[in-house]
Amino acid sequence: MAPKRQLRVGKEWMYAGDAEKLLREAMRIQEEEDARHEGHKQSFIRKYVFSIDHKWIGIQYGFTALCFLLFGFSLMLLMRLQLGWPGHSFSIMKILGESRAPGGILLPEAYNQLGAMHGTIMVFLAIVPLAVGAFGNYLVPLMIGAPDMAFPRLNMASYWCYLPGGLVMLASFAATGGTAQSGWTSYPPLSDIATEGQTWWLIGMIFLITSSLLGSVNFIVTIIQLRAKGMTWMRLPFFVWAQFVTSFLLLLAFPPLEAAGILQLMDRVAHTSFFLPSGLVVSGTKLAVAGGGNPLLWQHLFWFLAHPEVYVLILPAMGIIGEIIANNTRKPLWGYKSLVGAVGFLGFMSFVVWAHHMFMTGMGTVISAFFQTTTMIISIPSVIILTALLMSLWGGSIRFNVPMLFALAFLPMFGIGGLTGLPLGLAATDIHLHDTYYVIGHFHYVVAPGTIFAMFAGIYYWFPKITGKKMNEFLGKVHFWGSFVAINGIFMPMFAQGLAGVSRRLYDGGLQYHHAKEIAAATNPFMSISAWTLFAFQMPFILNFFWSIAFGKKAEANFWHATTLEWAATTSPPLGHGNFAVIPVVQRGPYEYSSPEYTETDYLPQHHVIGAPPATAGGGMLTAAAVAQREA
Amino acid sequence: MDAHAHAAEHEIEIPHAVYPRPDTGLYNGKLGIWLFLASEVMLFGALFSSYILLRTGSMNWPRGYTFLNIPLATANTFILIASSVTVVLAWANLRLGNLKLGRIFITITIACALLFLVNKGIEYHHEFVEGRSPSTNNFMALYFTLTGLHGLHVIGGIVVFAYFAGPGAKMWHTDRNRYTNRIEIAGLYWHFVDLVWIFLFPTLYLL
Repeated sequence: MAPKRQLRVGKEWMYAGDAEKLLREAMRIQEEEDARHEGHKQSFIRKYVFSIDHKWIGIQYGFTALCFLLFGFSLMLLMRLQLGWPGHSFSIMKILGESRAPGGILLPEAYNQLGAMHGTIMVFLAIVPLAVGAFGNYLVPLMIGAPDMAFPRLNMASYWCYLPGGLVMLASFAATGGTAQSGWTSYPPLSDIATEGQTWWLIGMIFLITSSLLGSVNFIVTIIQLRAKGMTWMRLPFFVWAQFVTSFLLLLAFPPLEAAGILQLMDRVAHTSFFLPSGLVVSGTKLAVAGGGNPLLWQHLFWFLAHPEVYVLILPAMGIIGEIIANNTRKPLWGYKSLVGAVGFLGFMSFVVWAHHMFMTGMGTVISAFFQTTTMIISIPSVIILTALLMSLWGGSIRFNVPMLFALAFLPMFGIGGLTGLPLGLAATDIHLHDTYYVIGHFHYVVAPGTIFAMFAGIYYWFPKITGKKMNEFLGKVHFWGSFVAINGIFMPMFAQGLAGVSRRLYDGGLQYHHAKEIAAATNPFMSISAWTLFAFQMPFILNFFWSIAFGKKAEANFWHATTLEWAATTSPPLGHGNFAVIPVVQRGPYEYSSPEYTETDYLPQHHVIGAPPATAGGGMLTAAAVAQREA
Repeated sequence: MDAHAHAAEHEIEIPHAVYPRPDTGLYNGKLGIWLFLASEVMLFGALFSSYILLRTGSMNWPRGYTFLNIPLATANTFILIASSVTVVLAWANLRLGNLKLGRIFITITIACALLFLVNKGIEYHHEFVEGRSPSTNNFMALYFTLTGLHGLHVIGGIVVFAYFAGPGAKMWHTDRNRYTNRIEIAGLYWHFVDLVWIFLFPTLYLL
């Protein structure tokens, strides 16, 4: 069999556009009939449980991750009750059971459990699966004109590693002594000698790491190999670039954490002492282990992952924001090439900044100076990206719809998060700020009103794509404004608390600090009320989400009049497995809005051939067929 | 493209699944395995770094050559190198269209891998009899963790090759090129497993 055979099959698609469309339709009907004959149950499992269609896997990821997002948030709601009113009895706290909250008063060790699991769930089970697993899976193949991911079965496997990982984490709440309680960073030696829940945590993490590795290989191969004809590197939507760099971070940064996890598992199960120094005394008795280990080894391995992980959290968000800003300003993104360069450089630099989390460990001033320098350097590409996004607004005719509101809010919120990071990156100022609420405020500004707002923007923006329905604008605006105000009410006071020296892990929110007592008492109840208000303002979103799926008005295929392939070249929701009736041929870059060379509409889809029939809703296929005829 | 792709399952065809994309010169699986191996390099790289850090921080590091079985480990090294040769021969014969010889070489590869594990088992048994376990000291902890993780990789390779020599070989009759590619990919993985051992052997047994 000669290699040209596959090419020819590809070409046949191009030359017989209409015949192909009929064939596809016929195959689809055939498939439906077959499915009916095979019996409902089997096809249900194949289609909805163990699906290999990237779109359905994306939806699976998205739904699961949103559930974890809500769960992780609710853990924090309970913690905020304790922080706002320490030692008070709350009837809702009783759901934790007598062992954790006797009489509705949260115990310190239960507080630690909630804190550790809030961090773990939010980072590894909510944001990353939502940003990469859901948005990446659903959109990347559509945006590059691919029929699916490069390895559809591997894609299914990565979801089915993620879900068990999450379930193991949830099950760990039932472990003897409760779930993990050593923070999301699981620093030894405390985590080495913690209760059984920590072992569950490690096993859960190994599942999640495996899932990320399989996913990242799949994304990189898909983006390199499956780009449609004409989709050159510099014509990729910015979102795809962001996912591409993110996947490299996941691929190369996660294995060291896997190694660290294996070593900690050995410490806990096989009684090795990788992280246990000699002569460690626990509860008054010398620990009976060989010793000679190094707790700092864990920190190095952990942060070698966890710093790139920060960029895993933020890059897909920036990609989403880029798409939405270009679409809603009706003009090209400002500085596309700088954005691409910055995102690549950011990815590279993120591997050489990890020890700025460890200034206080006594590594020595030379190493501190090195990591302080790289940390200052990495802020440059971040600023380039934010500046380019901000400059994109200049001179645009901005449409203030719900996705755009979230995208616009992202810019200052991420700005605050990023700029407050600078004093933490400098060793001298970090000595004062380390492990205070200032740190919490900093990274939550990046991740909560930053990344999570970008996730909401993405959900509102691609909802008509995925469901074919419109979402309610009014409820969306209530959700946005309520969340925007409330979320600042939670995180803004944290900077003041941190500057006053309030440590981040205090069970009573800082009341025991004489010098910080006043600010803790003055701000904590307000922050807790803001957290519950934020929760209340998620109700319009949840209502809107399900109501629109069930009863929403039908949306046209290219609902936002966008240029990228996922909107312009296929229906909403896209055709079954295979995405496109005819794989489009890409003619130009991704953001040709208000192009002077094209006056029929204010957007010029990536695959549209000027002079061909206009690219109306779902008419992308016609255009692609026209291209094929032209080329013939 | 072939009967396989359309058989039974209504699957769509993924471009460049079997034949290389002209501008990258790679088919999907080959790029995928190289990326996977890059992540494996990071995994073992982190473990070797841990070895260096723990050893340099230690006052009296045990020397592996004073009590480990060097002749057996040397034999194991040559067994794994031989298996890397046979896996290339398997692939070369499949490329030449000779399934029978290809399968024989895959089987020899599996036999080598099993022999490696038997030798490793003898070594493990000896250590436990002598009273050395992972909790003895950090050298033994690293010894068991690293060789154990490597052993898991060997077992993974055996499972994959056993499948391709057995039920997986059916694909030869429906999609010969894809089957040959799979052996190539598995072979690349196998070379990596071999390479890890070539680093482990001096690190643990000789230094």
